[in-house]
Amino acid sequence: MEALWEGLKEAVRLIAEGDAELRDIALRTIAVSGTATLLAMLAGVPLGYALARGRFRGRTVLLGVVNTGMGMPPVVMGLIVWLLLVRSGPFGGLELIYTKRAMVIAQFLIATPLVVGFTAAAVQALPRDLPDLLAVLGASRLRSLLLLAREAQLGLLAAIMAGFGAVVSEVGASMTVGGNLQGNTRVLTTAIVTETSRGNNNRAIALGIILLAMAFVVNLLLTMVQQRRAAGR
Amino acid sequence: MTKRQLAPAWLFALLAAAPLLVVACGGEAATPGEAEIGGSMILATTTSTQDSGLLDVLVPMFERQTGVEVKVIAVGTGAALEMAGKGDADVALTHALASEKKYVDSGDLVEGELVMHNDFILVGPKDDPARVKEAKDLDAAMQAIAPIGPFISRGDNSGTHSKELSLWKAAGIELSAVKNREETGQGMGATLNVADQKQGYTLTDRATYLALKKNLSLEVVFEGAAPLLNIYHVYVVNPEKHPKVKAAQARAFVAFMVAPETQKVIGEFGKAEFGEPLFVADAGKKLEDLGR
Repeated sequence: MEALWEGLKEAVRLIAEGDAELRDIALRTIAVSGTATLLAMLAGVPLGYALARGRFRGRTVLLGVVNTGMGMPPVVMGLIVWLLLVRSGPFGGLELIYTKRAMVIAQFLIATPLVVGFTAAAVQALPRDLPDLLAVLGASRLRSLLLLAREAQLGLLAAIMAGFGAVVSEVGASMTVGGNLQGNTRVLTTAIVTETSRGNNNRAIALGIILLAMAFVVNLLLTMVQQRRAAGR
Repeated sequence: MTKRQLAPAWLFALLAAAPLLVVACGGEAATPGEAEIGGSMILATTTSTQDSGLLDVLVPMFERQTGVEVKVIAVGTGAALEMAGKGDADVALTHALASEKKYVDSGDLVEGELVMHNDFILVGPKDDPARVKEAKDLDAAMQAIAPIGPFISRGDNSGTHSKELSLWKAAGIELSAVKNREETGQGMGATLNVADQKQGYTLTDRATYLALKKNLSLEVVFEGAAPLLNIYHVYVVNPEKHPKVKAAQARAFVAFMVAPETQKVIGEFGKAEFGEPLFVADAGKKLEDLGR
């Protein structure tokens, strides 16, 4: 209990003093996980929509694959990406291993199934004949897609939160493909592992508190938007 | 209507700005040194060099001198050597002579240099229930632990793990005969914490133990025998066998590790914080002269 209290005090001290390394790690964490989440949205929302609305063979199997992907342990995804990007792997020539880009790729692959799954669920919750109705009203294809997205936005925001929450808090994949390089690919979670194994428990707890606070702020913003929407209906 | 649409717009702008941050974070250029080589290289090494903090001192020094960016991948010696064997790293800094020899023989590791040593120690609970402190030699110490336990092993194919296995073997003890021997599969820091919580014995390198001592109730129960020397070598991953290896950068790093200036830093590392240096600098010495 005392250790936790000491960690809390240390966290406040580090944040108050504006510890440069800590700030860089926090910014890097947002940058990497934010990019991965954004890309996962760009890929996942249309895919989720297609899966929810499409009528094609193998759709149910694909949904099953996505739902399995939602439960994929990040560390396994990390291992797969590592094997692909490492120098002796098929994409070794790209020299992506142990870079922030490699981390974005791994986190993108972790977040995408979540975004697809949540999007599909949100779109399926809409009235079935809504697209036809919009078509009858004379909306263009793009316009009706945008309108549908607006209707499903509570679910879409949940999809973003789930995706961001998953990648910002995972440690296995980031450690494996990023290498936890100081000042380069060290993010909050991997820094926590490092500080713990070095016995700097206070610093580790301080980092944990910052991670928690960051996840809270991002989720609070999204929730505020979501609730405003819900109230505005 | 307009206001309703605006709300997510800033949110998306925030997310869209994230890639710019990635670029901004990546823009740190190295200061050019006297012999600018540039580029980057991958150093596969053991957790002990990282957890002790030694590489935090040495790597920035090397980067200043050569402009080479070093990607330090700290894993167990087994994994570090495996990376070297596949050409996935450029330099290996490891501490398991017997395992290293296999990769030297297969031609994956070349131009090896003796860098430094410290020693392994057996640590255990203060009250020492197995009476290891009274053991007259290393074999006797292992034999004392076996029937009492618990013994917490790294179990991660690291240099420390393979040293532990060789100690049981030398003492003529089957692993299954060690009471409550458990493997953590984790680094030295984590394993020391487990041993501390379970009030068990473990084998550790002195550097990591000293670095973590303030959080541990474990004491040194046996030290000083010749087989407990923990010897670090640095190797270039053979560029002729693995064409993607950054030969110039790798050779520069090996040369850096044995340079007098670097050796001085290694020999003094930890003195200020722990009252004694964590490593003994050994460049240019013969293997058989160590520990005398």
